[in-house]
Amino acid sequence: MHKEVADDKNLFGFWIYLMTDLIMFAVLFATYAVLRNNTFGAITIAKIFNPPFVLTETLILLTSSFTCGIGLLYARLRNKNMTIVFFALTFLLGAVFLAMEFFEFSHLISEGNRPDRSAFLSSFFTLVGTHGLHITAGLFWIGILLIQIIRRDITGANLRKLMLLSLFWHFLDVVWIFIFTIVYLFGGIL
Amino acid sequence: MIEFIFGRLTLSALPHEWFTIGGAVSIIIGGLGVAILLTKLKRWKWLWKEWLTSTDPKKIGIMYIIVASLMLFRGSLDAIMIWIQQALSVGSSHGYLSPDHFQQIFTAHGNIMVFFVTMGFLFGLINLIVPLQIGSRDLAFPFLNTLGFWLYVAGVILINLFFVLGGEFAATGWLAQTPLSELEFSPGVGVDYWIWSLQISGLGTLIGGINFIVTILKMRAPGMTLMKMPMFTWTSLLSMLLVISVFPILTVTIALLFLDRSLGMHFFTTDFGGNAMMYTNLIWMWGHPEVYILILPAFGIYSEIVATFSQKKLAGYTSLVFAAIGITLLALVVWLHHFFTMGAGANVNAFFGIMTMVIAIPTGMQLFNWLLTMYKGRIRFFTPMYWFLGFVSTFTFGGMAGVLMASPPADFQLHNSLFLVAHFHTMIIGGALFGIFAGFTYWFPKIMGFRLNERLGRYAFWSWIIGFFVSFVPLYILGLMGATRRLDHYTNTSWQPLFIISVVGFCIITCGVVFQILQIIVSIKQRKQNLDKTGDPWNGRTLEWSTPSPVPFYNFAVIPQITSGDAFWEMKRNKKPKEKIKYEDIHLPKNTAMGIYISVFVFLMGFAFVWHIYWLALLGIIGAIACVIIRTFDEDTEYVLTAAEVEKIEERGKTHA
Repeated sequence: MHKEVADDKNLFGFWIYLMTDLIMFAVLFATYAVLRNNTFGAITIAKIFNPPFVLTETLILLTSSFTCGIGLLYARLRNKNMTIVFFALTFLLGAVFLAMEFFEFSHLISEGNRPDRSAFLSSFFTLVGTHGLHITAGLFWIGILLIQIIRRDITGANLRKLMLLSLFWHFLDVVWIFIFTIVYLFGGIL
Repeated sequence: MIEFIFGRLTLSALPHEWFTIGGAVSIIIGGLGVAILLTKLKRWKWLWKEWLTSTDPKKIGIMYIIVASLMLFRGSLDAIMIWIQQALSVGSSHGYLSPDHFQQIFTAHGNIMVFFVTMGFLFGLINLIVPLQIGSRDLAFPFLNTLGFWLYVAGVILINLFFVLGGEFAATGWLAQTPLSELEFSPGVGVDYWIWSLQISGLGTLIGGINFIVTILKMRAPGMTLMKMPMFTWTSLLSMLLVISVFPILTVTIALLFLDRSLGMHFFTTDFGGNAMMYTNLIWMWGHPEVYILILPAFGIYSEIVATFSQKKLAGYTSLVFAAIGITLLALVVWLHHFFTMGAGANVNAFFGIMTMVIAIPTGMQLFNWLLTMYKGRIRFFTPMYWFLGFVSTFTFGGMAGVLMASPPADFQLHNSLFLVAHFHTMIIGGALFGIFAGFTYWFPKIMGFRLNERLGRYAFWSWIIGFFVSFVPLYILGLMGATRRLDHYTNTSWQPLFIISVVGFCIITCGVVFQILQIIVSIKQRKQNLDKTGDPWNGRTLEWSTPSPVPFYNFAVIPQITSGDAFWEMKRNKKPKEKIKYEDIHLPKNTAMGIYISVFVFLMGFAFVWHIYWLALLGIIGAIACVIIRTFDEDTEYVLTAAEVEKIEERGKTHA
């Protein structure tokens, strides 16, 4: 009884946290919408948008969400090895996504399109970069949970943390879909 | 090398003006005094183990109130400096403050009073009372509660740090409007202190908000449905819902300002495509709901008090709840009335003007609910009731001024005038602060075990309310005569008498504060006469009064079953025959210092960003993350109080009473 109540509280509290995070992203999206045409003579989003590259990024992140889900299913079955395999895979895919984003950013900066070049670039780097920071935090979290699972096996506490982690990871996926649509696709079309 | 180690922090930044030196000296002497006292009494260990690392919401609540009281003193010093300057600085006289110093003072006054006084007091009272009102032993996340408190303390220290370590306070007004707060126009560290102090304490507020929502929605005693919750719990819940809705906006907004200032980005700059008006929108999207975050719990406090002291059920409890919900929702759609003059266009202004006026409907409804609660009640005039009645008169007065300003054409005349200043002081002092005083007096016996002196409380009340009107009515008049806010100097000598009357009002308020301090001292001295042995000194209605005073650390030995609203009143009416009480094991959170450690690291990070000491910032970030990780590896965070131990404590309590 006591444990179930605790589960319930943690899950609910984490949902509320996710909603506050969503509001933060909403504000960043709003600032992006206001500033997206304020390019001040520098590069525009249409020039940044490279469809195959961004599509690959998106597919990698979506796949990582899939492996994360499978991993959680294995964790529920208390299958330690497969849980570790799939969360390690999630970690790997997340890291590749992050590396691609890093490549995109450094490429832009090397061509002189730094975040301080125009208001549009400020808001672009901040919105996409904040998502990237969340992914980084998620990677740390996966790493720590993997250590805890290897050391302590899949305990009730670990399973609970894995559930919260997968919520977080799917949430980042949803946010990315919005970034993909509003920043990149709209940027390519409008 | 030295620049790498110390960043922008050089010897010339250290305090060198009379006010910073004065501040530094008083902080150091005060700190030394406390340290010597603690060493003499050998209380360091006690302080650390019993208080600082405690996860008990009652102790955290008391600590919130102590810090907020200190900040109230600090913010009042700012107020008197502003008042005296304005009384003197007319015509050929320029007063005793430089314009820049004057700007820093009014910025500090606003910031400290809103973020660190009112918010601190409210979080204190909510921590103390909400768990008791819902029949819970603890909060949902006790660790996050201490973390939230210590982040708040870190914010308090950071915003006052310039006294000791140098720099300055922001001279931008309490919301640091862009482009004034951009690097170009405010190159000093004042705005950076402001950013990081708010960022850190805001984070504390946000996790506090999440904690209380989960606590109220998930940890109520069995049988207590939402519509059986006490009104203070309801309004706290709504206030916390506003916290989680708008504090993320604040976090992002000042983070963007930080990016502008430190990385040269262009969110709110005047060049490179930045949009300063976006900042105004964003900061008020947070800022307007913020004042409702302050006032809603106060509404709850008044509701409890008026029902208790009229010895009647709240008139129209359901309508009161829905009115509060209405206020909560409307709070989110009125932000633009703070800048009708910015030029959003007539239609936009009309929408926000009408929305603002609509708020008067649920608020007015609540006022009638309270008045009708008194109607045909058997009213007992104790101090909390005085504060309540004082609130009704000032709040109605100030509210009508607010509705007047909600009309855009009128606002074009009154915008940024002293009329506005008088209006929001009427709401925050007459609404939120009186509520805090009322709640403090009302619940004091519950927490401390004895009542406050009635006579001194009444003296304090009369000084406050008379002083309040004497000091703020002149400001309404001055505002209508055309005096704008934040004047460090004015040429129209005919205004001076009104400014002087306003200072007289402040002196009367000061008498009220002196009476309040005396009240606490005298009450502690005479506590033997005023002991609250029953746990129910006011013939209360809600669950907190069913516990002994002071409340045992586990709150309830047995979690009560709730069958109706005003749960304790019903229990008293239908006295059941005494059954043998069956005690159970109680799970309680262990104390932890991790909240302090994390806050120290976060504080270091904030401090380092202010002064551009990047190695220290990195250390702070890594340290804070490491502490969080260490905490996640710790699964041994609870301890069990066995049924036998609970029984022993309860039996001892009974023989004492």
